[in-house]
Amino acid sequence: MCNADESEPGTFKDRVLMEGDPFSVIEAMTIAGYAIGARTGYLYIRGEYPRALRHLENAITLARGRGLLGPDVLGSGFAFDIEIRRGAGAYICGEETAIFGSIEGQRGEPRSKPPFPVEKGLFGKPTAVNNVETLVNVLPILLMGGPAYAAVGTDQSTGPKLFCLSGGVRRPGLYELPFGATLRDLVEAAGGMPEGRTIQAVLLGGAAGAFVRGDELDIPLTFEGARAAGTTLGSGVVLVLDDTADLVATLVRVAAFFRDESCGQCVPCRVGTVRQEESLLRIRGGGDPESEVALLREVGRAMKDASICGLGQTAWNAVESAIDRLGLFEESETEEAR
Amino acid sequence: MTVPVLLAPPRRLIDATIDGEQVRVPEGTTVLEACSGMGTDIPTLCYGDTLTPRNACRVCVVEVEGARTLVPACSRKLEPGMSVATDSERVRHSRKMVLELLGSSVDLSTTPQVDEWMERYDAEPDRFGPRAEAAALGVRDARHAGDHEPGDGSVAETVEQPVKVDNDLYVRDYSKCIMCYKCVDACGDQWQNTFAIGVAGRGFDARISTEHDVTLPDSACVYCGNCIEVCPTGALSFRTEFDMRQAGTWDEEKQSETTTVCTYCGVGCNVTLHVQENEIVKVTSPHDNPVTHGNLCIKGRFGFQHVQRRGDG
Ligand code: SF4
Ligand code: SF4
Ligand code: SF4
Ligand code: FES
Repeated sequence: MCNADESEPGTFKDRVLMEGDPFSVIEAMTIAGYAIGARTGYLYIRGEYPRALRHLENAITLARGRGLLGPDVLGSGFAFDIEIRRGAGAYICGEETAIFGSIEGQRGEPRSKPPFPVEKGLFGKPTAVNNVETLVNVLPILLMGGPAYAAVGTDQSTGPKLFCLSGGVRRPGLYELPFGATLRDLVEAAGGMPEGRTIQAVLLGGAAGAFVRGDELDIPLTFEGARAAGTTLGSGVVLVLDDTADLVATLVRVAAFFRDESCGQCVPCRVGTVRQEESLLRIRGGGDPESEVALLREVGRAMKDASICGLGQTAWNAVESAIDRLGLFEESETEEAR
Repeated sequence: MTVPVLLAPPRRLIDATIDGEQVRVPEGTTVLEACSGMGTDIPTLCYGDTLTPRNACRVCVVEVEGARTLVPACSRKLEPGMSVATDSERVRHSRKMVLELLGSSVDLSTTPQVDEWMERYDAEPDRFGPRAEAAALGVRDARHAGDHEPGDGSVAETVEQPVKVDNDLYVRDYSKCIMCYKCVDACGDQWQNTFAIGVAGRGFDARISTEHDVTLPDSACVYCGNCIEVCPTGALSFRTEFDMRQAGTWDEEKQSETTTVCTYCGVGCNVTLHVQENEIVKVTSPHDNPVTHGNLCIKGRFGFQHVQRRGDG
């Protein structure tokens, strides 16, 4: 199963891959199917990607015509074909088990794990779920060989990585850097900040990710580096907020997003995201930041601990990091923010 | 002739630790089952003894050593060597928050045991602010996924709305609904296979609905009442119970329960008649009955009026 739902706000790497080189996705899925002995690959693509869909459909048709997909791939006796399924706009359907429900014709709701997808996934069968970038990485590994691929990047984060850079930099876009480059390298690759602008904060990992300060650009962009710095790379989103950005408004928007996108299955997330948004709205309206932050922490902790899936578990990350790292809602900050 | 008795294959015994105590249970036992075996009380709301766990409410969470998040006791199976804490600070915090989040958004006045749990976990559902005004009938049912009016946070959003009374047999008071999915599962492929109700909407606007929100008489509902049987909050209730509660005459102290056999057909379902002042006020069915598991059809569930026609009309 290729997860091409790519719904994390600020992520667009899979879209670029699918629109730019749809054959690489097909080739990678075929190889993955061969490796695990699957006969059918499902490609679940987000509904808002009509162009990627067209390119993929065309590529699949051509690949079938050339015998690259079908009952006898390249005369090898291996049968493999790809079916495309389109999402209908729900963020949650990018979750690795909600995607199964969506394809099976059920509600797109995450399932409790265990059982994990590799034991019981789509239609109850063992399923390997990976996103487009991960699958496409199979190709250079096969071409270059494992050791050569692993030589790129760091010990624990190998290979090149795509970063979806957006926000106040001069040239936002998709950047491929070896793992291990720092946040500063990335911002510089994008031409730095425009004249007179400074970085207030950077949101790493999208809405489900966490903020770092503008003076923390030396964080290495690796899994272990981000973890050591107490943040996450997530899906590779790097959203740069310059000094003019309204952080409180950004947080309120993130909270509204999670409230809208919660599937509604479990209580901590379904109601917790509502209470989180209400509390932030109260702060914005002049409420007492101290008591609201205490309340946010309690709600956030339960969402993180007791929610079924990653959505609820990370719905408070951005807010938490804004409080703890950026010092937002400390008395003086709040005055400014208003 | 002797009939062979089918026995399940023997199950391996596994050792685990719950709250520091060694337990030995058959493989496949859930944390909840093991806990009830040792007398440890775990609150549950969405768990149903006749249904597959949905893990939706999260009030039953426990802490498994080494796990990143808490896990639901109702569905998590014990594994060899697992160490479980059922009353750690983390567990108490999440249970308290689940109760507060539910209490602040749902009317839990007819949910059994919830007051006791609120007290046990020091839950204060009122601290999210005054409750928002109830929505008018149909407003929640018309909401679209992915969009909402943010407001200013001065009131705590709730699911409250007027009661749906659209037939003579049972009412749906979704102000009391905690979205446990039990009614949907009972109506759907786990028992009734009627699929009259399902979940509509997303997030906080998720709700139980008939197809296109039609009234029950216009829906596929066959009035088996199996959804009422499993509803843990009183959101679904007999019309008789609802009317008596409205009139202030509902009094469980005065009720007796008699389990007997349904007189309608040859299946022989067990029915439990709840009788108050010599009137049948509702009918349930024992969940441990090996044939029906608490399920009935419309006749056993609602067809009791003739019993109390006493020749006065
Ligand atoms: S955490 Fe949120 S999105 Fe995930 S299952 Fe629970 S309600 Fe649904
Ligand atoms: S009464 Fe029976 S058919 Fe009707 S909604 Fe309830 S479970 Fe479904
Ligand atoms: S109506 Fe009752 S059984 Fe159905 S989801 Fe709501 S609380 Fe659960
Ligand atoms: S009772 Fe276990 S999650 Fe609801």
